[in-house]
Amino acid sequence: MSTRIQSGGRLIDRSRKIGFTFNGQRLTGHPGDTLASALLGSGQVLMGRSFKYHRPRGPVGAGSEEPNALMGLGQGAHFEPNQRATVAELHDGLAATSQNHWPSLDMDVGALNAAMSRFFPAGFYYKTFMAPRSAWKHVFEPVIRKAAGLGKAPTQPDADRYEYFYAYVDVLVVGGGMAGLQAALEAGRAGARVLLLEQTAHLGGRLLSDEVEIDGQPSDIWLAAAVAELQGMDNVTIRTRMMGAGVYDHGYVTGYERLTDHLENATGPRHRLWRIRTDRIVTATGAIERPLSFAGNDVPGVMLAAALRDYVTLYGVTPGDRTVVVTNNDDAYRTAIALKLAGLEVPVILDARDAAIGPLPRQARDLGIRVEVGKGVASVKGGKKVEAVEICSQAGEGTVLETIPCDAVAMSGGWSPVVHLWSHCGGKLVWDVDQAHFRPDASRPPTDHNGAGYVITAGSASGALLSGDAMQDAAAAGRRAAAEVGFIPSEGDAPTAMAEPEEPVQPVWMMPAGASYKLRSKAFLDFQNDVKVSDVQLAAQEGFESVEHAKRYTTLGMATDQGKLSNINGLAVLADSLGTTIPQVGTTTFRPPYTPISMGAIAGEARGAIFKPTRKSPIDGWHDENDAVWEPVADWRRPYTYRRAGETTEQAVHREIRNTRTNVGLLDASTLGKILVKGPDAAKFLDLIYTNMMSSLKPGRCRYGLMCTENGFLFDDGVVVRLSEDSFLCHTTSGGSDGVHAWMEEWLQTEWWDLEVFTSNVTEQFAQVAVVGPKARQLLESLGGMDVSKEALSFMGYAEGELGGIPARVFRISFSGELSYEIGVPASYGRAFWDMLLEKGAALGVMPYGTEALHVMRAEKGFIMIGDETDGTVTPHDLALGWAVSKKKEDFIGKRALQRPDMIRADRKQLVGLATEDPATVLPDGAHAVAGVNEYGDPKTIGHVTSTYFSPTMERSIAMALIDGGAGRMGEVLEFPVGKDSVIRATVVDPVFYDKAGERQDV
Amino acid sequence: MLRLTCPVCGATGEETEFHAGGEAHLKRFGPGSTDEDFRDYLFQRQNPRGVHFERWRHQYGCGKWFHVARCTQTLEVFGSYTAQTSTVPDHIQSAIKARRPDWEPAQ
Repeated sequence: MSTRIQSGGRLIDRSRKIGFTFNGQRLTGHPGDTLASALLGSGQVLMGRSFKYHRPRGPVGAGSEEPNALMGLGQGAHFEPNQRATVAELHDGLAATSQNHWPSLDMDVGALNAAMSRFFPAGFYYKTFMAPRSAWKHVFEPVIRKAAGLGKAPTQPDADRYEYFYAYVDVLVVGGGMAGLQAALEAGRAGARVLLLEQTAHLGGRLLSDEVEIDGQPSDIWLAAAVAELQGMDNVTIRTRMMGAGVYDHGYVTGYERLTDHLENATGPRHRLWRIRTDRIVTATGAIERPLSFAGNDVPGVMLAAALRDYVTLYGVTPGDRTVVVTNNDDAYRTAIALKLAGLEVPVILDARDAAIGPLPRQARDLGIRVEVGKGVASVKGGKKVEAVEICSQAGEGTVLETIPCDAVAMSGGWSPVVHLWSHCGGKLVWDVDQAHFRPDASRPPTDHNGAGYVITAGSASGALLSGDAMQDAAAAGRRAAAEVGFIPSEGDAPTAMAEPEEPVQPVWMMPAGASYKLRSKAFLDFQNDVKVSDVQLAAQEGFESVEHAKRYTTLGMATDQGKLSNINGLAVLADSLGTTIPQVGTTTFRPPYTPISMGAIAGEARGAIFKPTRKSPIDGWHDENDAVWEPVADWRRPYTYRRAGETTEQAVHREIRNTRTNVGLLDASTLGKILVKGPDAAKFLDLIYTNMMSSLKPGRCRYGLMCTENGFLFDDGVVVRLSEDSFLCHTTSGGSDGVHAWMEEWLQTEWWDLEVFTSNVTEQFAQVAVVGPKARQLLESLGGMDVSKEALSFMGYAEGELGGIPARVFRISFSGELSYEIGVPASYGRAFWDMLLEKGAALGVMPYGTEALHVMRAEKGFIMIGDETDGTVTPHDLALGWAVSKKKEDFIGKRALQRPDMIRADRKQLVGLATEDPATVLPDGAHAVAGVNEYGDPKTIGHVTSTYFSPTMERSIAMALIDGGAGRMGEVLEFPVGKDSVIRATVVDPVFYDKAGERQDV
Repeated sequence: MLRLTCPVCGATGEETEFHAGGEAHLKRFGPGSTDEDFRDYLFQRQNPRGVHFERWRHQYGCGKWFHVARCTQTLEVFGSYTAQTSTVPDHIQSAIKARRPDWEPAQ
């Protein structure tokens, strides 16, 4: 059984014990343990259930590639699902829960799926749950969702903090094993700024587990010296617990640093997302061992050979006392030897090759271990743990030659370089026949802004699997990186690394070679997603020949481990089924991040109130103190209405409207865009930007203007004021100011660069207040300082002066139909001006109003609103605004487009007003008008409602709509179905409901 | 994430500091143009695999538009230059030729 053994465990501190819980059960481990090693040390091999068949699973790896041992870690607001137990460092009080099972890990009803697995082949869901359509929503999906899935989503907001960190270096080295350290040494010694990342807590990589001699001494001596030298260099930074997550264009890299996950009581940010700019990246990311595909290769206790060795050597734990080793290469013999030397039993080594004659097999035999060549595993016996292995000939069909009782299996199918970071940005791979793996093709790297390769691989990540080669390769990589960023690297000899030589690997993609369907359907390729050899074969048989299609059909490599263990084996099976070669099948695309990173790290500090800062007007404080009901408008917050005690929101809006139309209302219009356009050619320029003629506007006058895109569609509107001969103030919508300013600059800089014009977005430099209503003039006159009489300042006039001692620009414009002044004052005076208006206006019944009253009043007047009456497909003519489109101008943006046949069709959707038959019924926003039937026999839509309100002024519902050929439908009654058997009928009317002659505003 | 240099203010920055504006050197067709010319001006783009001329704006910097000559396949940047030109300047053409001897400017 799995247990803590007496020897080994160089990473743990046996003198101390720490407590943790697993599914509520109290267990102990040692400092330095991972959660997986502590569980193995506590006799717990079963750590989870698989995704589809709920098969019992134990850890298959010991590192970040782990597909099986996924757990929920932490509790409450610190809970996080799907964490790999193999990389979670143990700390006192760690709470872990296994997942994807019910009612318990040990006894799971979902495992019935496994018994039915014959009926759940690849593409099962696609094939089965096709019809009827409604059944998907109500029956299939809920049931499948309940049964499937990994960990549970957290139920509370994340209580931890996260942050970004920025770094700029010459050379980034990813991986702190032998190769990464040597590459960093070379680049650091040459003088380059180096950042070295190691995803685990320990530098050294496989040197910690495997016996390697460097310069004639045990590797520990070299390792200590290398780390000391790097730490002593001012130009080198080392970060452990930090993964190189993704490589992006032009040397941009994301790093994922886990700062506090290994601590019991931590302060400060939990994770840090590093955004690194570097000229060269050295990927010393090592290699990952591949499983072998034999029946029962997923039974808890079957592990990768090197992972098993790691558990014994690094943590002093073993999944079993009797371990059968099965391999196609020499490296796995190291596991057998390590187990034997630790006093554990290795009943047999099954070597699929025809001969095992290298020094490692010899050493194993010398230790008295039985070695069987040309043999493989027919099947692993056992359910929740390994009980025995049935041996067969690798060349045969799986006839059992012998059954060997055991409680663990160490498997090795060879090693694949970790090529992810190389491939993220387009580095190409080449199939290495001798080593049976894809490795980076150094002649086709990802290229930077100079066209030079910016990723260099080092060590086994290059495919240099033997220590001696890896050291030479790493030294060369570090030197090359340094030289390419302008430093002079050493030319001396690199250290000599030596390990036992190895005989070549022999590819084994299926064990045994002629495995029956029964065996193939229990031979797992993708452990987490339960994809078996038989599934990939079925996909090929059904025509999914492209690797990307086969992947999606079978879900091979689509689990949270992204196929780190399964990809090559799956490709090989696919290639074999298609009768082609592995390089011809190719790989799927490698995408960042290398392993999952937390959502918190991606968000960083951008959450809550600072996720997206709210823009506030200079008068915001008053609104906030006076019960504003807020409405987001673009990036701003604006008062929707000011609700008084005892009022509903609607009642508040109606009160504000009635008061404005009777007395005087105030609107904070500061959010309106204000763009200053100035220069000798300003008028000429605005003639091109607006559909109207702006050059004919006299200084001191205002004009409502429209802007179209080059496609002829209306996108913004507002009042243009000619401040003087050469300067204009262009008002835009609240949401449009930045866009319109950028639009003007784009045309000025890229098309009409000969025009002498400057633009400046002064939106936030001015507060703007609309003083609206029959008593508006009286109120302004009480402030004193400017003549605001009809004679001095007529409708659509502009004057500059002082009001109550505050510098003011006064525009006599109206968006409500009432006598109205919009007054711009410097932003810093905004609140004082507002307060003054309230104080002086108290006797006149002054009352602020919000955006909803503004909307209703403009609708009563038939004024359009960008975004309500426009949607990017509407022309000025569609809105009966043809009067604002100049016929005299030679050119303006959109003019050519407005001449296209489709833009002048008589039956385009056109703006109409609607009066419902029942005046109390308000049409729903967006309701569709229907008439007749379409080609499918369904009611045909002829248009939709764009604005709809109850008008307190008209004491009835009013609406605007865009209706096919609406201009010719005056008086027609339209039908708006608004639910089952419910139809609202409304008459097409003039959209101007109130004061059609416009007398109220021009007084 | 691309690294670009603004030729107006001289700053080199991250792609996120800039705003991409599509193909450069489009000729504007306005009133009086044929339907075909106007259609092509609005909608037809070269989208080449290889040398491409693009408009970029230094959105979070000096705010100026400029042009970039870039390889869409290798992401190599041959140079950035003023937006106030309707042709590719000689020094940019030379820089492209130096790296892509077979490249010919479009007519």
